[in-house]
Amino acid sequence: MTEQTTATAEDLAAAGADQLPPPKTFAGRYLRNLWTANTFTVTVLAVLLALVIGGILIAISDENVRATTSYFFSRPGDFFSLSWDKVSDAYAQLFKGSIVDPTAVQAAANGTGKWERVFFPISETLTYAAPLALTGLAFALAFRGGLFNIGVQGQAIMGAVGAALAGFLLPLPVGIHLVVALIVGAAFGGAWGFVPGILKARTGAHEVITTIMLNYVALFFLGWLIVQKGVQDPERSDAISKPVDDSAQLTHLLGFVGPSLRVNLGIVVAILVVAAVAWLLRRSTFGFELRAVGLNPEASRTAGIGVGSTYALVMTVAGALAGLGGATIVMGTAVSLTGAVIGSVGFDGLLVGLLGRAKPWGVFFAALLFGALQAGGNRMQSFSGISLELVGVIQALIVIFVAAPALVKTVFRLKPAKVSGLGTGMSKGW
Amino acid sequence: MTASTVEAARAVAEPAHYWTRQRKIGVGLSAVGLLAAVLFGALASARTAEFTLAETISGSAVGINGRVGAIVFGVIAALAGAAMLVAARRWFNWLLGLGIVATLVSFLCWQLSQAPENLNTIPLGSVARSSVTLALPLVLGALAGVLCERSAVINVAIEGQFLMGAFAAAMFATLAGSVWIGILAAGVGGLIIGLLLAVLAIRFLVDQVVLGVVLNVFALGLTGFLYEQLMAKDQTRFNQPTFVPEWDIPGLSKIPLLGPALFKGNIFLYGAIVLVILIHVGLFYTRWGLRTRAVGEHPAAADTLGVKVLALRYRNVLIGGIVAGFGGAYFTLLSTTNFNKNMTSGLGFVALAALIFGRWSPIGSMLAALFFGFCSALAVSLGSINSPIPSAFLNMLPYIATIIAVAGLVGRVRAPAADGTPYIKG
Repeated sequence: MTEQTTATAEDLAAAGADQLPPPKTFAGRYLRNLWTANTFTVTVLAVLLALVIGGILIAISDENVRATTSYFFSRPGDFFSLSWDKVSDAYAQLFKGSIVDPTAVQAAANGTGKWERVFFPISETLTYAAPLALTGLAFALAFRGGLFNIGVQGQAIMGAVGAALAGFLLPLPVGIHLVVALIVGAAFGGAWGFVPGILKARTGAHEVITTIMLNYVALFFLGWLIVQKGVQDPERSDAISKPVDDSAQLTHLLGFVGPSLRVNLGIVVAILVVAAVAWLLRRSTFGFELRAVGLNPEASRTAGIGVGSTYALVMTVAGALAGLGGATIVMGTAVSLTGAVIGSVGFDGLLVGLLGRAKPWGVFFAALLFGALQAGGNRMQSFSGISLELVGVIQALIVIFVAAPALVKTVFRLKPAKVSGLGTGMSKGW
Repeated sequence: MTASTVEAARAVAEPAHYWTRQRKIGVGLSAVGLLAAVLFGALASARTAEFTLAETISGSAVGINGRVGAIVFGVIAALAGAAMLVAARRWFNWLLGLGIVATLVSFLCWQLSQAPENLNTIPLGSVARSSVTLALPLVLGALAGVLCERSAVINVAIEGQFLMGAFAAAMFATLAGSVWIGILAAGVGGLIIGLLLAVLAIRFLVDQVVLGVVLNVFALGLTGFLYEQLMAKDQTRFNQPTFVPEWDIPGLSKIPLLGPALFKGNIFLYGAIVLVILIHVGLFYTRWGLRTRAVGEHPAAADTLGVKVLALRYRNVLIGGIVAGFGGAYFTLLSTTNFNKNMTSGLGFVALAALIFGRWSPIGSMLAALFFGFCSALAVSLGSINSPIPSAFLNMLPYIATIIAVAGLVGRVRAPAADGTPYIKG
């Protein structure tokens, strides 16, 4: 019965699509595929739709635009031109803040501007993307194993704590210090993930409850830790820890171009880890067991896979990934621990993991997109006066539309095709 | 195979163990009790620990020598645990309750005997009252979850519904100058997220856990954005609601302990009590409830019998949205009187935990929420008697207690069988 109900509308539609004769020429096939509901088209259109709705929000929340609505029926042109100005300016800033600012390129080419300004947006995007990729993976890996890891935030906090403590307490030589700090961060995060994993395996305690609770415990622990003697910065009276030693800070990759380019080794770590997780999932025994348990725990148990130990291991590895994410923040950009050192990178990781369809490289590209939105959002806030919160709305909308291919299909009247669904077959309820 | 051979096979496969779950918990409780007796007894001083039933620390109090109390109650907990080995099945719940309360009292005796001279009293009336108050949004949020999940739509978006409710309540209560308009608006705010949840989950078959998480982020972003664009620029015009009025029930509110907790309340308290009863009765004793549960367990069977599965799911998810939105109004009309970005700080997720902890039942969710509320209230009280435990660790108390309760006492829970599975006819 379950099989029947989980056969989604996409499968049915895809079955129908096969009956049409395929076009003969390459161009014909290309054009037809372009407007079918394949994964790529749906994702692009999802981003577009989200930006359109974000634009509507920008327009209606602007006072001047709202003023024109009082005489909308006598002069509708005012409303539309003003809205257009506002929205196009905002999104232009979003682009300039995340990818490249054409005027800076021109200035640099003329010799009147610095190359630093050209690389600044892309540097910011990569800086934000690195920890997001890691926390996104932490969610995605557990998701593939059939576990719903809401505890990414707490695990990332513990990772940041571990990395920072190793970063300023251990006197180690250059090079080794960096690696040790990363490992300690991963270990702290892993420990924080192990707890809900083993509790689930041993007692059946639901991981959603335990991970949510551990998020708070980690947050309070961080708040307590940073005002302790030996941890708090002795030169400061507010709640901030000592800075991580130089030898444990992630090297700035473009530091030679200009000091404001913050992009650091974190992005390299993220790429290596993404590749490693991709290998782990596809090629290793652990990855196979993980996916099997995620798809059907009962069948896996019958087949002789230790479901409990897989749960514990999956959560530990996921925690370690989240811990690495927290570590790259404190070792790359933040340098000191504060109460909000990792921001909401753990919770954003949930969205990144989902947008990446819980596949490692998908997660990586999702992290790039979210990093770009974050970086561009900063510029949009300072140049166009539009609250950074809008970025959160846009991010959520993108994931909603990606998760609802049927909705995007309806809106754009796409031809049916097989689209890799999000979550189908991975999380069947609780 | 006949029934008797099945029984026989089962008896062979699973021989009766002496170490049942109850007995294991009994051993654990004994150990905790003894540890409490030794540890708290050693740490406590001989000063008096006082408990009053009133809301203030003045008035008649029950006093006990701190060290004696810590040891005696620890031993009582240990004995309760030992008794479980003998009478495991029959008296399990009572013995467990006794053991937990005794451990708690032992702990409090230690804490109070450490407190400065005039602070060594815990006003139980006030603890009871703030437990109930802190539990209110959780009860309402968990009830929203019950409504959705009993009809097989997972609701992780409680947090988002809270935020929308809180925002709408603050904004419209200020604009209209009336808290009642605010509460109505809060219902609508929750309803909006409920509607998105229903349409996307039921019509567009989006994975419901994914959807819930995303709707939370959406609500967080939307309320945050509107807060910055509207409220932050003109607080007096958009963000200055008043408290909801307090309604004391004459007579009943004078009862010690229960009076201040249950009968000196407001719309949220009475609303929550009424809703718990309504939903409990509705779910288990009415046609609607039977159909809802059927749709949650086996929608195809319900459909065969003529139940309109999708319509019922829509209705329940929308009602759930209104209930959670109402719960969101608590944050801006009772606990404070203004909206702030992310002011619910994840309590919607705690409500979700209460729902699972309470095994998807209205009464169970309420008890789970009260448990959480009590632990939070206790943390506040301990803070006010200058506890030697750092406040950060006191704040962890409700969260750690929930983990222990869920892992140690509740164990595996079973969701409605079809929870999270969309229903496609045919």
